[in-house]
Amino acid sequence: MSLINYASREVNCKLVYYGPGLGGKTTNLEYIYEKVAPASKGKMISLATETERTLFFDFLPVDLGTIRGFKTRFHLYTVPGQVYYNASRRLILRGVDGVVFVADSQLERMEANLESMQNLYDNLAQHGLDLTRIPFVIQYNKRDLPNAAPVEQLQEALNPGWPVEDPARQRLTPDPARPGEPLIRQVDETWIERVAYFEAAAVRGDGVFDTLRAVSKMVLKTLG
Amino acid sequence: MSGAASWSFREEDASRIGALLDRLLAESSARTALLVDRAGQMLATAGQPPRFDPITFATLTAADFSANDQLARLLGENEFGALFHQGEKDSLYLADVARRVILVVLFDNSTTLGLVKLRVRGIVGELSRVFLEMFAREGAGERGRPGAGVERGFVGEAEDEIDRLFGTSGRG
Repeated sequence: MSLINYASREVNCKLVYYGPGLGGKTTNLEYIYEKVAPASKGKMISLATETERTLFFDFLPVDLGTIRGFKTRFHLYTVPGQVYYNASRRLILRGVDGVVFVADSQLERMEANLESMQNLYDNLAQHGLDLTRIPFVIQYNKRDLPNAAPVEQLQEALNPGWPVEDPARQRLTPDPARPGEPLIRQVDETWIERVAYFEAAAVRGDGVFDTLRAVSKMVLKTLG
Repeated sequence: MSGAASWSFREEDASRIGALLDRLLAESSARTALLVDRAGQMLATAGQPPRFDPITFATLTAADFSANDQLARLLGENEFGALFHQGEKDSLYLADVARRVILVVLFDNSTTLGLVKLRVRGIVGELSRVFLEMFAREGAGERGRPGAGVERGFVGEAEDEIDRLFGTSGRG
């Protein structure tokens, strides 16, 4: 949960990049680290194996500067994607404010994506959090690869939507980034909500900042 | 289940906690005391200002403590309530506070582990009470009170800053 520290005049928010192994979570952070102005970023920490697979997490603090007297900072984390590191993944989700699910668009990784999405939902539930109620976006990474599945197919599998129970939210809600693809829409009699998604090729940086911008704004809105 | 919420650490909280940490340092002859929340954020420091990056320190402390929590469970223990890292000159003693915060005491050869442990044990109960009161206050929905959320205009300004900093290609 975001921490507003009135004593040290700081606001800190925690974002976690989640997803299957080798999907590009660390690549997202490395690109952000490379491109953000030096004054705005802290030290990037990677607790990785000798073969550079994430063992525990990668961490990158990014400063927004001082806003209304509060030093405002996002803490960006990745989790290890490999199935057998679940204990590490669950630990990193503690106190999370926003989640980016980095899906691997390659057709043969569909199963791994689904498994990781279910695992995210389950691990959040263990912290008492509901994925459908926290700031959450999906990034379809590796769009540049020839074996990338069509976005419609990925959406169908990973972002099918969930019913909107709150009557106040049962209204057509456009996705600001994609006119014509509403985030909340009525299907038959049921109102369905999907999360915003972004296409990316993180190795080239495509879509990396669009994703980060969207999720960090969603987190800020929870503070207001 | 619910969504993520924010919690606040007020100036009066900081002064109560600061007084406890100062007492701990005086009684144990340790150098620095730090409080880190389990999500990896630094809450407070007392004593000699740390010579390291506090953000990195807080992140690694939380990870360290969480990993050891899991180790404890593998052994059938509920938790390891405290951890000790011994260096040649500087050492760290870490203790759980109310299951949500970690007290870290940094000390050197001018004191002993035994004394630090003893004084930490004395102060953890008092710190826990302060934090439990804070959590109860947050749980009771006091966020709407003045001073318990970000001020009006904060979100808009922060969004502008995000656009500036995270523009499509970032700012290199």
